[in-house]
Amino acid sequence: MSVWGIFALGGLFTFATRFSFIYALGRVRIPPALHRALRFVPPAVLSAIIFPEVLMTDGRLDAGLGNHRMLAAAVALAVAARTKKVLPTIAAGMAALLLLSRLG
Amino acid sequence: MSGPKAAAFWAGVRAESPLLLGVFPFGMIYGALARDAGLSVAASQAMSSIVFGGSSQFVAAKLIKESAPALVIALTIAVVNARHMLYSASVAEYVRALPLRWKLLLAYLLTDEAYAAAIVHYEAEGVTPHGHWFFLGAGVALWTCWQVSTALGVFAGAAIPPSWRLDFALPLTFLAMVVPTLKDRAVAGAALTAGLVALLAFALPYKLGLIAAAFAGIAAGTLLERRA
Repeated sequence: MSVWGIFALGGLFTFATRFSFIYALGRVRIPPALHRALRFVPPAVLSAIIFPEVLMTDGRLDAGLGNHRMLAAAVALAVAARTKKVLPTIAAGMAALLLLSRLG
Repeated sequence: MSGPKAAAFWAGVRAESPLLLGVFPFGMIYGALARDAGLSVAASQAMSSIVFGGSSQFVAAKLIKESAPALVIALTIAVVNARHMLYSASVAEYVRALPLRWKLLLAYLLTDEAYAAAIVHYEAEGVTPHGHWFFLGAGVALWTCWQVSTALGVFAGAAIPPSWRLDFALPLTFLAMVVPTLKDRAVAGAALTAGLVALLAFALPYKLGLIAAAFAGIAAGTLLERRA
């Protein structure tokens, strides 16, 4: 399957989630258990991407001080917790990584 | 489009516009990352209109770069976008009486940000004769912003030197999105579990670790909430 196949299928799945209850209302109500579970999708998915990106190098756990991405992510985490703002968080993390790689 | 319809449409555009400020840089980062992942200009741009879901496009670009199997990538997109069912259920009662072509159009435009503007309007006004034009205005504003910002990112991305480590913008963007949601124990538990399982399951074949981790996180959050 080419990237176009991926887009077509991924787009179809995405559209189906958006259309689901708009289409089905009156016939189906969203089950309470599903409603509760869906709340956890964003934090779960996002963390599942963040952890390996930040704590692994070439597919292996790398939690030492030589891991610049981990240190830069810690800086970004502090900024995110303090400001709750997206752009300062990204800017701080990118700047920290750039600085660390210049130093080290 | 005349009179009250146009007025409702532009009110929707105006209600959406503060949200566009936050969306624009995301679109640019996506565009740059998609090119960095090896997608063509046309494909990078097309994903923004075919899939039209910010975080899922980031993840798809990353998985394409890592040569994950197509079916796994499509399923991962589905998992990342599953939350839209909540929005669909939430707006359903307000769009119930509309013709099918309107339901199809509004469903396509039902992103996080369009939902945010539309639901505030519906909750304040209820079902009005032109409420769907407001929803359309919010959706079209977001859609246009996403396409334009993607295009800018696609072209600007080429000018960014490799030493800037652009791919690091992905976890940083997601970090900035997830931290404000960590308001209670159940959500924090879901995030932590998913992260740890993602590390443990990293070596799973076909890049299935991400889906496994997401489901583990969702299960952990549900269990923690039930006990609370």
